[in-house]
Amino acid sequence: MSDDPAVMAAFEARIANGESIEPKDWMPERYRKQLIRMMSQHAHSEIVGMLPEGNWITRAPSLRRKVGLLAKVQDEAGHGLYIYCGVETLGADRTDIIAQLLDGRAKYSSIFNYPTLTWADMGVIGWLVDGAAIVNQTLLAKASYGPYARAMIRICKEENFHKRQGYEMVSVLAAGTPAQKAMVQDAVNRFWWPSLMMFGPSDVNSPNSAELMRWGIKRKSNDELRQRFVNLTVTQAIAVGLTLPDPALRYDDATENWDFGEIDWTEFNQVVRGNGQCNQERLDTRRQAEREGAWVREAASAYAAKQRASSTSVAA
Amino acid sequence: MSGVKGSVTPPPAVPPNVLFEALLRLGDDRLVLGHRVSQWCGHGPILEEDIALANIALDLVGQATMLLHLAGEVEGAGRDEDALAYFRDEIHFRNCLLVEQPNGDFGVTIVRQFLFDVYSVVMFDALARSAHPELAAIAAKALKEVKYHLRHSGDWLLKLGDGTIESHDRVQRALNTLWRFTPELFAADDIDRAALAAGIGPDLSAMQAQWISIVRDVVERATLAMPPDVPLRAGRTARQGAHSEHLGHMLAEMQIVARSHPGAQW
Amino acid sequence: MTSPGHAAAGLGAADLAAQAAALPVDGQWPLWEVFTQSEQGAPHEHAGSLHAVDEEQALQNARDVYARRGGVISLWVVPAAAITASSAGDSGPFFDPGAAKAYRHPQFYKAPRGVRVL
Repeated sequence: MSDDPAVMAAFEARIANGESIEPKDWMPERYRKQLIRMMSQHAHSEIVGMLPEGNWITRAPSLRRKVGLLAKVQDEAGHGLYIYCGVETLGADRTDIIAQLLDGRAKYSSIFNYPTLTWADMGVIGWLVDGAAIVNQTLLAKASYGPYARAMIRICKEENFHKRQGYEMVSVLAAGTPAQKAMVQDAVNRFWWPSLMMFGPSDVNSPNSAELMRWGIKRKSNDELRQRFVNLTVTQAIAVGLTLPDPALRYDDATENWDFGEIDWTEFNQVVRGNGQCNQERLDTRRQAEREGAWVREAASAYAAKQRASSTSVAA
Repeated sequence: MSGVKGSVTPPPAVPPNVLFEALLRLGDDRLVLGHRVSQWCGHGPILEEDIALANIALDLVGQATMLLHLAGEVEGAGRDEDALAYFRDEIHFRNCLLVEQPNGDFGVTIVRQFLFDVYSVVMFDALARSAHPELAAIAAKALKEVKYHLRHSGDWLLKLGDGTIESHDRVQRALNTLWRFTPELFAADDIDRAALAAGIGPDLSAMQAQWISIVRDVVERATLAMPPDVPLRAGRTARQGAHSEHLGHMLAEMQIVARSHPGAQW
Repeated sequence: MTSPGHAAAGLGAADLAAQAAALPVDGQWPLWEVFTQSEQGAPHEHAGSLHAVDEEQALQNARDVYARRGGVISLWVVPAAAITASSAGDSGPFFDPGAAKAYRHPQFYKAPRGVRVL
């Protein structure tokens, strides 16, 4: 059936028409596979993303920041959960997908392979990393696959507080003691380029882009989104008196864009291939949680089975 | 009852340090336990549980914030909740031993939580009738939250106690190990007696009877055995600053950033 | 909270063992669909799904995952396996009202002149 060009044309017409593809609708096998890949990667990123920030929950320097950071990391767990449940509508199993993450077969966003070294990293991550994610996610809220779009709408609503919280933290630090200001500037210097890399390779080098755009899973090119993020963020940095570690940053009056320097794609490729600073630690942590949680999951299943068995016999 | 909303005027019979101490005990319990539970985020046995434990930690730290804030106002020395949380040394903390125990595995965490949740429900139910209006208000709000916490920890105790042989053994061991920290929860000292006399604090021995009855019911339904009674060790309690070695390490981590930048805003 | 299971009357140990063996040891907890009601009188709407081993856990998880920001006054949790859905192929004949059935719509009926509210 997937070989029939008429069926494929009808499918693509639905998408061009702005219709939502739902779990029980016909879809090309490749569409299903691409979505499973993209959505899994997205969900894995949320889960792994809990770790660099989770690293500082116990050291948050005020009770207000403590609850703010904990609530943010909790949201990330929730976002992972929404998307895993969305992937399951495509016929994939959460346990299998997670197994792929843990054995290194599946990818997640490269940004989470960087270590968080100071408290200021928490503000900078909220501002830059969540800021970059929002630029991406706002468009995904219109993705052609219904369950993904709906999960994204929920996520976008919750994400707004993350970025605001991050930027507030950054502005307080930037206006704080000399030590605080130095701390946040150092954090910006370490996270700026990795944040730009979150948008992925230049479209010239991105093989999947054209097909994903035709299928309404990707709405704008990597470069367009990256430029949008830079334009938004540079003004925010200027507003709080922080510099960005790019000597080539320059405003172009004609295009109204902030032109920026060359990204070090060697670093990106290294991190994406598993050779980043924290890749090993992130996966080890997730593997440990999975391993140590096995007896708990089994116990809950066993308890429920016993309850069902005893209630069945009572009913009989 | 006195109580123009927002005024901090304890009934005249209470020496102010009694109220301050009582509030520290309540606040420190929840600060320490909330901190402990927050350590689970990102490490739970399943995603749904990461979210559940984070909720509990958030509620506990929220309760601690309100209680320590009130404590600071009562003390009247210019210390707010952050000053109390981040700039007191270990010997000035007033939490019980139970909450400063390390998380251990999920079974230890659930048993610790369950024992404390029953205590909290009974405690806040009593404090909702406190003669101190601000404390009563905090207690009434917290009571709703801790009833939910108990629903969660109680359900897990059933599932783990009556799950697999392994889960049963793990939580029985956890219960046996943590049981020795429970007499301290109900050991009344001068502060407790003064608070009770002034109508602002609970009757700990009445609370103990309620507590043991609820605990026994769930423990037995979980097919677990109640551990043998352990007498309270003589000497100062953690409520008077005699903590275990665990607390110092926990506070070192919790306080390091704040203490490295004294006077800074965050 | 349900009572703890003992070997129940009518089911021998062998049956229980067989049942337990049929469950994947570290397999998925069953999937549940969650519906939330935002205010009095509003319908319950699908919010998403989650995994849980029983109703109590599903309700608690639903509250933590889908209702922690408030704006929810009631929750339904339903095992996903209990839901029967119309299939995509049904869409035409199954749902098509047919232009010939206008009698189901109020515009089909004329009200007498002068009657304001009907």
